Parts: sequence; C-alpha cells; structure tokens
Amino acid sequence: MVATNAYVPHAAGYVDNDGPKIVTSRFLHEDSYTLVRALATGGYDGLKDALRRSPAEVAGEVKNAVLLGRGGAGFPAGIKWGFMPPVWPRYLVVNGDESEPGTYKDRLLMERDPHQLIEGCVITCYALGLNQCFLYVRGEMALAQERIAQALNDAYAAGYVGKNILGTDVSIDVVLHWGAGAYIVGEETALIESLEGNPGRPRLKPPFFPAAKGLYLKPTIVNNVETLANLPWLMVNGADKFRSYGSEKSPGTRMLAISGHVNRPGVYEVEQGVVTFRDLFYGEQFCQGIRDGNALKAFVPGGGSAPWFFEDQLDLPIEASEVGSQGSMLGSGAIMVMDETTDIVKACLRLVRFYARESCGKCTPCREGTAWEEKVLQRISDGHGRPEDLDLLLEIGQSISPGDYPVASFISEDLDPVPFPPKQTTICPLGPSSVAPITSAVRRFRSEFEALIPKSELISATAPTVGPDAVEQLEVSK
Amino acid sequence: MSRLSAANETLAREIISRYPRPKSALIPLLHLAQEQDGYVAADAMEQLAELVGVAPAEVLGTCTFYEMFKREPVGKYVLNICTNLSCQLNGGEELLHHAEQALGVRPGDVTDDGLFTVEDVECIAACTEAPCMQVNYRYEYRLTTSDFDELINDIRTGNRSDLPEHGTLGLVRQHIPADRLAGNESPEEAGTPSWFASRQPAPEDSGKA
Repeated sequence: MVATNAYVPHAAGYVDNDGPKIVTSRFLHEDSYTLVRALATGGYDGLKDALRRSPAEVAGEVKNAVLLGRGGAGFPAGIKWGFMPPVWPRYLVVNGDESEPGTYKDRLLMERDPHQLIEGCVITCYALGLNQCFLYVRGEMALAQERIAQALNDAYAAGYVGKNILGTDVSIDVVLHWGAGAYIVGEETALIESLEGNPGRPRLKPPFFPAAKGLYLKPTIVNNVETLANLPWLMVNGADKFRSYGSEKSPGTRMLAISGHVNRPGVYEVEQGVVTFRDLFYGEQFCQGIRDGNALKAFVPGGGSAPWFFEDQLDLPIEASEVGSQGSMLGSGAIMVMDETTDIVKACLRLVRFYARESCGKCTPCREGTAWEEKVLQRISDGHGRPEDLDLLLEIGQSISPGDYPVASFISEDLDPVPFPPKQTTICPLGPSSVAPITSAVRRFRSEFEALIPKSELISATAPTVGPDAVEQLEVSK
Repeated sequence: MSRLSAANETLAREIISRYPRPKSALIPLLHLAQEQDGYVAADAMEQLAELVGVAPAEVLGTCTFYEMFKREPVGKYVLNICTNLSCQLNGGEELLHHAEQALGVRPGDVTDDGLFTVEDVECIAACTEAPCMQVNYRYEYRLTTSDFDELINDIRTGNRSDLPEHGTLGLVRQHIPADRLAGNESPEEAGTPSWFASRQPAPEDSGKA
C-alpha cells in the first residue's frame, strides 16, 4: 500500500539555548533538511574550502582542532585518521546506529540537517583520499533514512557528491545503508560485520583494528555522525576558532540529551568544559530544575553504559576527562535524571535487562553473565531475592569486568571514586557496561535492595549451596 | 507472494550495484522483502541468496540476528513501545501495560484482526519525549493512555492513512544516476583514486598528516 498523504513528523527534542552553535545552527528553520535551506545558510561552503586545499592540509586542520569523537569513546578524530596505513582501497563508514539508552542527538542531526552530515562525509573522504563512504543509519529511524536519501539525491544532482564534485576531478560516492535493530552494531567492528551482510558480532582487536583491517579487511575509518557534522563549520572557521570554544582538552561543543525527571528535557548544544551538571539541570536556559521541586537521587551522565553520578558530582564540568577521573564517562552525551521518587531497583533492572537482551552472544562472560544479572535482579525486584544475591550480583560482575569497577565517590561515606574505564574479559564493552548500573546502585542504595529481600531463616537455610543456580538447574533437569 | 516482484528485483539489483561486494546489500534487501510482504518469507530469502551469491543459510543467519526482521506475518501496524530508562521514568511500563490490556495481547503477539502487533522495545532515541512509541517506525511522543486509545481508534477507523503498512521504512530511496556515480570496484581491484595521488606530495605521507 502506498501512503496517501505524508506522515508529518513532530518537531520536538531540540531546545535552543544562548550558547554557540556549531552543529545545530540550522535546526530552528522548519525546512532545515532541504538543499535550498542548506545553500541559503552556507551549506557546502566547507566542502568548497576543503577542495581548495590539499587533503593533507584538511586532515591537519582536523587534527589541530582536537575534534574528539562524539560517539562514546571520545578519541580525537584527527589522530584516528592518522592510524590508516598507506594502503588502498580504504573506506569511510559513518556510524549512525545511535541506540545507547538515553542517546538522542545523531537522529536529530540526520533528520534535521542531513546536508551538513553529507558535507562532513565528503570532506572526510577527501582528506583521507578515498572514494566510497557508507552512511550506516539505524534501522528504526525511518525519517532519518528518508531525509538522508532525499538529501543525497539532491546533492548528487547538484554536484556536491558523486562524479566530478563541483567540477573538479574529485569523485566520491556516499551510499546510504541502514541497519535492522541491534544495539551491538554501534560497536565499530560489529558495524563493519553488519555492513558486510553478516550478523553484527564484534571482531577481536587485535588484529581487526578498523583503521588497518576494517571493511573487507581494508583500512577503514568509522566516525560518529556528530563528529562529522562538525567538519563543515570547522573548514570555514578553522581550528583556532574551534578551539576557542570549550576547554583546552575538549574543544568545541557537544549535543547533550537530558531526559528523565527534569522540567524541560531536551537536546541542547553546549560548550564542553564550561557548563556543569548543576547548570544543566537547574539553569533557566537549560532544564529548569527537577520536576515538582523534588530532590535529585541519581543521574546517568553518558548513556546507559555509564556508571551513575549523584548530588556529589553536580558541580563537575561537562568534560570527558573530568567525568572519567570521577568514575564515569560522558559517552554519547546522554544524561538521564532520576528524582527522589525513583524506584532504584527497577531502574537498575531495566538497564541490566537491556544488556541481557542486546548481548550478541559471542563472549561467554557477557552472554551468560548479563542473563544471570537480569534473572537475579528480577527475583529481587519480585520479592523473591535471597540473602546472598547482592554479593552474587557483584560476583557475576567480576567475571565480566574483573577488579575495581569505575564508580563515583560517595562523600558522606568517605568512599573515593574509581576512574573510568573498566577492565573486560570480553571482546567489546557491552558486557562490562551491564555492570555499571549494578555497581552504582548497590554501592549507593544497598538498603533499597536489601529491603526487598525476605529475611526468613527458612529461606537462607534452604538456599542452594552448590553454585548460585542449583535450584533452577534442578528444575530444568526434571 | 514471497519471491520479489519484477520491479523489486530490479530495485534489488540497483541496490547491490552500489556495494563493493554483493553480500553487503543483504540488510537493505531483507528490508525490501519485508516491505513487499510485511515479513521476510523463506522464498524471498532463497532468492536473496541467489542475488548476492551466498547460501540461503547465510541469509537466514543474518535475518535472525536482527530484530526488525519478522519471519512470519505480524500486524499491519507494529506498535513499538519503549520501556528503557527514560521512558520507564515517565510511565513507559504503564503505557505498555495499558496497550496490552486495551488490545488483549502480550508483547510479540498479533491482535485477532491482524491489525496490531505490540512490542516492548529498547531505547528508540526519543528520550526527551518520553514515554514514546513508534507505529511502523514513525514516532508518537509523550503518549498518554488516552492518546494511545485515540490513536488506535484513528487507525481502526481509517484516519491514519499517512502511516505506511509494516515493512515500509523511508518513503524516499537513494538513487544514483549512472552518470553521477563516482565508481564501484571490488576491494581486490580498487586502488588509490587518481585525484588523491595527484594532490599528495608522496604516498608515504598520506594519512599521516
């Protein structure tokens, strides 16, 4: 069936604030996604600037700008590009498989300003000397696929992409590709597997570092959507101006999605290292306070995989190294706020269930560990927990991520932070991520878990003594 | 119906032509099959295997890994209700419960009239607009239970013809005219683009700048 009239997307999410705009400057225009609007507001000027320089100069500009990757790991894009050996063919893969819980920025960049992203892709291809870019968009984002497809068709017709770009000899294809629903595909080697038509299971590093052995085992750069969306502005305005925003270690801006129990949730573009979490949650130009004037209980500073922060961390600046040293990560810029009414056990269970569902099953500690974490948390939440369950949860965590797990300080209890990142017994960080909500919640709110666990002597007397799952195994074997 | 129609087969070949290796087109092709039939039929998978030159088992292997692909018919409208943290904090689980009650199905089930499938999904990137839902991958934001009832009623009474049936994603497709294509060579044959070589002082400096 063909739709008889067009689906009208709701305009929502983005909130303008007084800060500088590097990637969201077109967002307030209703027709921000069209080529007409892009061209009327400086679209493809960055590409023209880039083509006037040598590829090496363009790459140098990006390196000088210290453009940190906006996908999660925060690695400088210019340095990453430099890891490519002088081998051809080489490929650019753009990671638009945004699916980290709480993350909501790449979708807006793709839906509202696809030309900015396409321009960023072509500039990157030019700098790296390659002629094929694959733009991998999350499967569930139908509107983003539609807008990018239209934008690409228009950009090809107008000569900004494809053969002989802007009348030069430079020829670069940008191919829209889309996924089909798998969180793990956001991991760069899994993304490459998926782009080869396979199940999206991560590859072991080494030897499969994408910059050396990526797509078709050829050198491949995988960059996040927001990272590349910075490039048109960067080309026009230069690295020095870029570095005049934000902090020395983390120049420029970031898009942050602040959701949960705040009065004005939204996606905001903010200068890095300048604004604090307190400013964000309580500031007039940002979230305007916690709902109903409630107290803050906890917040997730960088997506579901980030260890939680609390009141103690409110005055930290939004800056990757600061957040990392204090036991969490800025990750994908997803901040989720929980007020005092939040059921911490349920919140913890929900995040853990996500990892249990999304584990690709390749590594045993993650496949089995996340499933057991969910099962144990579920029985605690249902009121059937066992006295040893909290220790058991932490023990399972140790098998996925051994040693001290990153966690925030707990000032009144005199507990210090453990800096990010965690160790891992797995190929990718998905399994270790499942430990974050558990370690964070149990350390801070242990009594809320214990309150749900029946204290009966009878229960502890009949609890299995051989392994955590003796009872279930017995039942299965019947 | 299950093998691709002639028009869709032509489209499939066009999609394949954009990739250095045919198998890379597999996920978009599975979507194409799902768009045609509302689900991915076994015959379609066999045909895709022929088109990209792999064994049918490999197509099945990819198809089963990704949760958007349904291997049996689902409702004409798939309702994806998010219950991940931001939505949970704002009533996503209550909304899911309401949907189950209102439609008389559990997540994954199809209503008797074949109209709706309810799914309990993970974060769909609309966290600031919680609780949110997608109907065939189109968003509904800050949905109350009465909004939900109204939406269901609108669909049942034919007032939401703007929503395509399950399987259709973007309504616009990328199309690269032959004279605009930069080129597509296999990874074994492709080399350094001539425009790049002429702009670099020496090959060993490339990529290290």
